Amino acid sequence: MAEKKASVWTSISFWRRSAAWVTGFATILLIWLTFDTISQIRMGTDEELAKGIKRRIPAPTVINYKIGYKYDEKRGLEVPVIGPEKNPLFGKELSPKEAKNLLHLGKLTEQAKNCMDCHTLLGNGAYYAPDLTKAWLDPMWAKGGPMQAMTGKNSKEEAMVEFLMHPDKYPTHARMMPNLGITEKEAKGLVAFLKHMSSIDTNGFPRGFSKTIKDYETGGTYAK
Amino acid sequence: MLSSIKNSAAVSPSKQLAMMYFRVAIVLFGAQLLMGLIAGLQFLYPSFLYEIFDFSVARMVHINALVVWMLYAMIGSTYLMLPDETGIDKPVAIGLGKLAFWVLTAAVAVVVLVFIFIQVGPGKESSIWFINEGREYLEAPRWADIGIVVVVLIFYANVFFTYMKGKKTGIMTVMVANLMALAGLYLAGMFFTDNISIDQYWWWWVIHLWVEATWEVFVGTLAAYALIKVIDAKREIVEMWLWIEVLMLFGSGILGLGHHYFWIGTPEYWWEIGALFSALEPVPLVAMFVHVLYDWGKEQGHADAHGKGSAIKNGPTMAWITINAFGNFLGAGIWGFFHTLPQVNIYTHGSQFTAAHGHLAFFGAYATILIGMMYLGIQQVYGIERMKTTFKGKMAIFLITFGVLGMTVALTIAGYEQVLVERAELGAGWQAFFTAQNLPWYIQAQTWREIMGVVTFVGFIYLVLDLLTIGKVAQESKE
Repeated sequence: MAEKKASVWTSISFWRRSAAWVTGFATILLIWLTFDTISQIRMGTDEELAKGIKRRIPAPTVINYKIGYKYDEKRGLEVPVIGPEKNPLFGKELSPKEAKNLLHLGKLTEQAKNCMDCHTLLGNGAYYAPDLTKAWLDPMWAKGGPMQAMTGKNSKEEAMVEFLMHPDKYPTHARMMPNLGITEKEAKGLVAFLKHMSSIDTNGFPRGFSKTIKDYETGGTYAK
Repeated sequence: MLSSIKNSAAVSPSKQLAMMYFRVAIVLFGAQLLMGLIAGLQFLYPSFLYEIFDFSVARMVHINALVVWMLYAMIGSTYLMLPDETGIDKPVAIGLGKLAFWVLTAAVAVVVLVFIFIQVGPGKESSIWFINEGREYLEAPRWADIGIVVVVLIFYANVFFTYMKGKKTGIMTVMVANLMALAGLYLAGMFFTDNISIDQYWWWWVIHLWVEATWEVFVGTLAAYALIKVIDAKREIVEMWLWIEVLMLFGSGILGLGHHYFWIGTPEYWWEIGALFSALEPVPLVAMFVHVLYDWGKEQGHADAHGKGSAIKNGPTMAWITINAFGNFLGAGIWGFFHTLPQVNIYTHGSQFTAAHGHLAFFGAYATILIGMMYLGIQQVYGIERMKTTFKGKMAIFLITFGVLGMTVALTIAGYEQVLVERAELGAGWQAFFTAQNLPWYIQAQTWREIMGVVTFVGFIYLVLDLLTIGKVAQESKE
């Protein structure tokens, strides 16, 4: 069939060559895009942060700064707003090395405790518990929010540490986080990891993050 | 299938090794379903096994058993077709191949036991190396990663050198080239980084380029081989189809990777690239569907013209291949396309929509054809001329397919509710999540998911009973 047919459409060698070319072309394009993307998603430096230069993934010292998530008219989505005010984690500004080490501990703990098989991180993982992409900015942890009141702590980070160490003591719903034996040090690392993740430019995911929290406070439809 | 095979002396060593892989695959398939039932039940009764066998543990074993049973069945299928395609009965290093099987099985057993009994570790490198890597689908600790690489290298060398020594069919050429990509991609998932975006960038190279590229081509190869065996399809036709499928699958699937790079910190240009190429991903799946039905119709027409009765030499395999053709298109194609555009995905990303798609796609694209290959293996090692579908086999087909479709529909409804209430209406925070999870419609959908999970499991029991007995029964009726 292959060799004698007049039509190229029934020629095996034509399709074999086409398959090889298309696969090769797609692979080369992917590799080229990978080089570009990796250079854009490398972690930034402390100097860039100090100068206000935006990076998609800022340096670990971003945990020394105040982080917000605001709607950007031009892009049509929410973007992280970093600084310029400082808001050091646990009230103590960390050097680039200290911040890097704390983030490293946090990322290791996140993997070792298998967070991703209940939660989603950047939207990837399991769907049994809330997405953690912008957990640092969740109103649940804010001043006057339920978690600080429940744990009896006066800051977001302290409340988070207390909860992560004893999640079984602070239930908010029937579905509860189990006690995973997280130590205080590990919990601090996790909080640094979460704060850093909230500073990543995720192209607006999740959209309209916790936009309705005002309803909870003022007695809207779902007010609790 | 688990009982001893009578005429084993006449069966090629490669096919015997294939059956060893199939046996472990079916056990792991059962483990996957059991873990799914536990995890599904925890959605309805959160206190069930709380702090004993938490959702994260059940879910981890659920998805890992899935990946590993499929890899086992894929290795088994390769060893099954190797003698027929190369004309060599005994792969060049069959002894080493058998040893690799036992090493891999021992390693899988240790990993599963550690997952079940140790579960999590402290935040140290040693946890990543010995307990749990904590990255969805790739939870296997690093020591096991390295072990898997060694075992897969042995398997690949066996296939490659046997191929080089024997006949070089088009099917086997695609198989050898594709397997190299499949095995090589695993390396992209074997490192640690503090940067979650870079972590997920490479993580998707493994996950996506497996299930939406190399695994799909693998399925195309299996379908080509099985159609020749089951309905005497003409080799020239299936091989031409196979090359067209490779062209379309890799042409869309490789850059379709972009649809995972919308929200993980990667640049915005992935929106367009991911949307365009992943929207094309269903095209080859339609083609594969058409191809199977076309060949079936053609060969049946041929058989009718010669008054030969049914063209199908293996009923259950043909049934599972047909379900594969349809399920792949529906589960991977349609359900994938549902939420692949960034305009939709910004709301659906990481919701029960994803779970719905995952269930139907893994079942439709992979579970079905791999079960078909198991039946083909039984037919070959028992030396059965024509294998008909038994009552148990039909029950398995009906209950498993109906069960998975039911779960998919239920999860789609749950996802729809979750997306509208949690994401669009309330904006994805902690309270938004639980408000949506606790709505009666969501709970109702999760209840139906669990019921349909039980239906699937009953179907699985029929499947195991059928696999255990069909060979013997057919052999005895022949005698």
